Amino acid sequence: MPKLTIDDRTIEVPAGTTVIQAAEKLGIYIPRYCYHPGLSIAGSCRMCLVEVEKAPKLQIACYTFVTDGMVVRTTTEKVTIARQAILEFLLANHPLDCPVCDQAGECKLQEFYMQFGQYDSTLLENKLKKHKAMPIGPHIMLDSERCILCSRCVRFVDEVTKTHELGIFNRGDHSELLPVKGVTVDNAYSGCLADVCPVGALTDRDFRFKVRVWYLDKTESVCHGCARGCNIEIHSNRRRTHHNDGRLIARLKPRFNGEVNHHWMCDTGRYSYKSIESDDRLVQPLVRLTGKGQEKSDWTLALAQIDEQVTHQVGRSGVAAAAVIATPALSNEELWAARGLFLQGMKIEKIAHRCTPDPNGVEDSLLRKTDTFPNSFGANLIIGQPHTADPTVDTILEAAAAGKIKTMFVIGGGLLERYSTDLLREKLRNVETLIAIQTHRSVLTEMATVALPMTSFAEMDGSICNFEGRVQRYNQAMPPVGQSRPLLDTLADLANRWELKTAPRQPENCFAELAQNAGYFAGLSYETLGDGGVNPSRRSATAATT
Amino acid sequence: MGTVRVIHVSERRRTLTFWERTYLLEVFRGLVLTARHFFVNLWRHSLWLVGVKSGPPGAATFQYPEVRRPQSPRLRTLHRLAKRPDGTPRCVACMMCETVCPAFCIKIVAEEVDDSSIEKRPKSFDIDIGRCVFCGFCVEACPEDAIRMDTGITEIGALSRDGMVLNIETLLSLPPKSERGDKPVDFLQQQLVQ
Ligand code: SF4
Ligand code: SF4
Ligand code: SF4
Ligand code: SF4
Ligand code: FES
Repeated sequence: MPKLTIDDRTIEVPAGTTVIQAAEKLGIYIPRYCYHPGLSIAGSCRMCLVEVEKAPKLQIACYTFVTDGMVVRTTTEKVTIARQAILEFLLANHPLDCPVCDQAGECKLQEFYMQFGQYDSTLLENKLKKHKAMPIGPHIMLDSERCILCSRCVRFVDEVTKTHELGIFNRGDHSELLPVKGVTVDNAYSGCLADVCPVGALTDRDFRFKVRVWYLDKTESVCHGCARGCNIEIHSNRRRTHHNDGRLIARLKPRFNGEVNHHWMCDTGRYSYKSIESDDRLVQPLVRLTGKGQEKSDWTLALAQIDEQVTHQVGRSGVAAAAVIATPALSNEELWAARGLFLQGMKIEKIAHRCTPDPNGVEDSLLRKTDTFPNSFGANLIIGQPHTADPTVDTILEAAAAGKIKTMFVIGGGLLERYSTDLLREKLRNVETLIAIQTHRSVLTEMATVALPMTSFAEMDGSICNFEGRVQRYNQAMPPVGQSRPLLDTLADLANRWELKTAPRQPENCFAELAQNAGYFAGLSYETLGDGGVNPSRRSATAATT
Repeated sequence: MGTVRVIHVSERRRTLTFWERTYLLEVFRGLVLTARHFFVNLWRHSLWLVGVKSGPPGAATFQYPEVRRPQSPRLRTLHRLAKRPDGTPRCVACMMCETVCPAFCIKIVAEEVDDSSIEKRPKSFDIDIGRCVFCGFCVEACPEDAIRMDTGITEIGALSRDGMVLNIETLLSLPPKSERGDKPVDFLQQQLVQ
């Protein structure tokens, strides 16, 4: 392996490593625009110039491969002057609209100018005019005056999505990044273009002018859009609530995980946050008192009603006529608590999680999976395998339609995407006591004897397993919407009322209990899961071979 | 926790001397002080009247509110929002002032404009003057020279806390002192009329 020296520090890296990567390993950050670790190397911006001993000129760190005995310097005067000059070139035609530019605050031009630029402009010519505020697709806005022609976006649509919508046209300083004539940038990953663009040339239309980026707080989370479980950051505006129409979550951004989603996420997932603070959230418990219509209620009354009505109904028609649907939209912890309460505590055998597939699920070779439930793998482990009956949601709905189910709990979202409102209304008609614990209002909460609001994944800690079985943690990014409460609390309260064993209310402790009892999760804890998650099936495979 | 030392005011009071306690002598000394100011000023005013003394005359009482003290042009007075020649706000809702304001008293909501040479403007722009500390950081931070503290208005009052919040219409309507001249704006009156 070649050994090289960067800024008087020595490091040994595998052959084929570039200087910029070797420097990163030493914690030395070389400024860059066109280099992106998820794309091929272009070497066009020249921002990463470094001095290499015995080389006559400065070399670009992003496309210079290491050789044995190489001596690299990144902070010499020559390099400093070169960086300043490059920045002056890049900014020669730049409009400097930072005040109206959404990228301001996370812009590499601003950052590197403050770090390495700080020159006095010597430019006397007028700046060139190009396209401003040009929507090039449903999610992306182009401002080609701000573009520094790094070609990251072109490489993204060529190499990652392979949709080839963008190109750099014309020559010289008239070169301009534009969509190919007559083409809209509407591929399934187009939101990533705003992430790859190091400046404010490509920005997210959905996020446009909503809130300044420096007001945002970041929370590490996992996308709940499909079984891939892309690692994301939830950017929430908790400090200046008059922005973003008073909503807390402003945007989702992908978070690098080499095992799952690399640098990317799909548009469906990216804009899925809107349902979290949508107007159809269930914000208050609803109770249907005998002989009356459904009314808004409070938690004490609602829990007392569940206690009374379920006890009464189960006493009358027996546990065999009781069923639970716990969808794979729930976290491992929530499923574990539901299993503890319903299967082990109340001895309800009919507990189902498996549904007919979502007709809108799409799959491609990049990220998207047909299964739009985030935790089917976990639900299968926790609810599915351990007991033999293992009914599906369809069989439960059929049994309900046949009048064999009198008490039913429906917990977790995702059913409305798979079953039509009319179908559910028809099938659940004969259920006498329907308890719906849901995030959103729907036919389920409408028909419910008692409907309880529960938190979504942004309002609660938890863990889910992606389609490969990778266990990944997500964190609470905002307080619960309305009066909704974490499901773990609700289930523990019910268990207390019925004097059954409760699962821990804290997700972390609940996961610890799960790890002790379910073999798949053995030895895991929130700490060992870390930010990137662990895949126990892979771990056991490697353990078996060594 | 450190101990708290309590100082009684009575302990710190200086004991009066015999002559001070006689009272009459002290009254007389007070009269002398007042009279000295009167005569010194009378003398200065007389010299100024006959043109011997230049600059301001001696101490004078301003007949406020008919007469006001002159203001330095740099004085930080009530904010206003500057306008473009067509009357639209210069402000582009960049949130620099909102971010820098140490009193957290600026609240801006941005909106998009069709004109791609402007792109962004404030939909609402509120300054809570009741919380403002008149530091002038907002003026300093503004990249568009849109917010200015040159109205010359120092009399600010309202009958409620909400009345102290100036909205975008008020801020845009205020003229700079240079345009208004010495014509007084009774800000309280304006607020009450609204
Ligand atoms: S791209 Fe960067 S430097 Fe250019 S206007 Fe936007 S924030 Fe400013
Ligand atoms: S639009 Fe952005 S990513 Fe694309 S070439 Fe220009 S600066 Fe680079
Ligand atoms: S003068 Fe200071 S306190 Fe007042 S609005 Fe401006 S920045 Fe805020
Ligand atoms: S700093 Fe100036 S342009 Fe920016 S929001 Fe404040 S007043 Fe408007
Ligand atoms: S980062 Fe090396 S040339 Fe652009």
